[in-house]
Amino acid sequence: MKAAEVSAKQISSKVSLKKRFRQNWDCYLYMAPYMLIFFTFTVLPVVMSIVLSFTYYNILEPPQFIFLDNYRNLLATDDVFLLAVKNTLIIAVIVGPVGYLACLLFAWLINELSPIVRAVMVVILYAPTLSGGAYTIWQVLFSGDSTAWINGMLLNFGLIDEPIQFLTNADYMIWICIIVQIWMSLGAGFLSNVAGFRSMDRSQYEAGYVDGIRNRWQELWFITLPSMRPQLMFSAVMSITSAFSVGDVTVQLFGNPSTDYAAHTILNHISDYANVRFEMGYACAIATVLFATMVGLNELIQRLLRKVGQ
Amino acid sequence: MEHAKKIDAPIDPSKIKVSKKVFNPGPARSRWGNVCNFLFLCLVGVFMVFPLVMIINNAFKPMDELFLFPPRIFVQNPTLDNFSNISVLMSQSWIPFSRYIFNTVGTCAVATFFHIIFASLAAYVLEKRDFPGRNVLFKIVVVSLMFTPTVTAIPNYIIMSKLGMIDTYWALILPYVGSSMGLYLMKQHLSASVPTALLEAARIDGASELRIFRSIVMPMVKPAWLTMMLFSVQSMWGITGANMIFTEAKKPLSYALNQIVSGGIARAGAGAAVQLIMIAPPILIFIVTQTQVLDTMASSGIKD
Repeated sequence: MKAAEVSAKQISSKVSLKKRFRQNWDCYLYMAPYMLIFFTFTVLPVVMSIVLSFTYYNILEPPQFIFLDNYRNLLATDDVFLLAVKNTLIIAVIVGPVGYLACLLFAWLINELSPIVRAVMVVILYAPTLSGGAYTIWQVLFSGDSTAWINGMLLNFGLIDEPIQFLTNADYMIWICIIVQIWMSLGAGFLSNVAGFRSMDRSQYEAGYVDGIRNRWQELWFITLPSMRPQLMFSAVMSITSAFSVGDVTVQLFGNPSTDYAAHTILNHISDYANVRFEMGYACAIATVLFATMVGLNELIQRLLRKVGQ
Repeated sequence: MEHAKKIDAPIDPSKIKVSKKVFNPGPARSRWGNVCNFLFLCLVGVFMVFPLVMIINNAFKPMDELFLFPPRIFVQNPTLDNFSNISVLMSQSWIPFSRYIFNTVGTCAVATFFHIIFASLAAYVLEKRDFPGRNVLFKIVVVSLMFTPTVTAIPNYIIMSKLGMIDTYWALILPYVGSSMGLYLMKQHLSASVPTALLEAARIDGASELRIFRSIVMPMVKPAWLTMMLFSVQSMWGITGANMIFTEAKKPLSYALNQIVSGGIARAGAGAAVQLIMIAPPILIFIVTQTQVLDTMASSGIKD
């Protein structure tokens, strides 16, 4: 049945491309307003970024083509970039998977609560992401005063003798960044998972129990996850994006550049070169590297997710 | 596939016994599991909600409570002084406070409106019509979900200046109108909740394409455009217009409010109130639209 459908579609697409175009030419008209804006302000910037990454460009003079020099400098001479890559990877390796699993785990756990409690929990868990700049409150919590929240508490319990400078001490900064980032990791992917669990078909579970599904884990792996694969893929895209685009948080909490570059991320490096040094070509090269990493990783993870439940 | 085969397979009598045993306690939930889940959720809930509770309470604390040591989470004598402080501070600036509010609310509303109309129209033809190039276009949209603003910031500035849009409201509005998340969610929602047969029937009855879109499709996908509204307020409310807007009278609210916060300790009270103003609108909208948002997100998955 399905195979026949597919082949029919293939044949029709091969035979009558011209006819399809003639019958549907008005579609382009309807899409034009959105696509024009979308391509100008979303796609074109990425293409331009890739092109500019092969040039020296300081905004005042026209770009000079320097081929791969930017990339060579990036990898060979820019120690701070390598540090930024290291920091970004540490953050992404922890925040990405933890955030992704948290999106799934909490959606799964709150699925069994009563509707009202579930609605409240969804608001509570989603609020940190929803509320854009709320993370600045962590600055107050982690402040270096002896009367600040966390320092005050630690002093009170006698765990430390003098306040720790959380926001300027290189030993702590990256971990604070990770905590805040995890706090903000339940985003659109989480909502997608919640909705996915909510719309699960009960009869599938009952069929599963007859089949000998014995506990929650088996239920999750053999029934729930396979039918939620589309949501899992969407949530993976969201997690990868947010894990690699850490930047605002570090600027807000530690400043840019941070002490000893201890919390310097790739995004910070981009804005350093773009907004402070005006080396646009170089900044674009950094952006291109970041972007390529994200797209490549996404491809890999989508492939892995196709194996869930098999 | 394997799973389907298992269900179809004939059940032998010895197996029924086992499955019955499992089936009786219901969906195999243990009491300890429930207790652990509950405790775990409580713990995480506290971690998630604590900073927000603090923001809300701080906004209503009088000065002496803000600097109390040891600090208290909950406010003792709630006051609106912090909010009136904002208006006192703002009345000293030569741009009236209402202008900043107008800038943010205006750009937010215009961007949301055009985003919903344009992206829905594009999503509709992408999903329901079969024209050459639709698959490629949709692939580009899915990949672009990963474009972060910082990565595109530099070329965006160059494009804006070439178009002469620097220092106009368009510099804030247009990038959002073309954002891909809304189109993506709308297209997935259309595929799940608007039957193609219905549209065919309308076409046979002689309805024009735009009329079908306006009178049949748009009312049916209300959850999706409420979701688009939520996401657009979420990303537009906090916009500061840095790099793009230089005229003071055109700057958005969050820019003006950030100036208050950077006043330091002396403005801690007003700063706390500012923080509440900045986080409240998206959360309130989400509380109201949660059901519809979840309806939309149910179809948000990426299909192979």
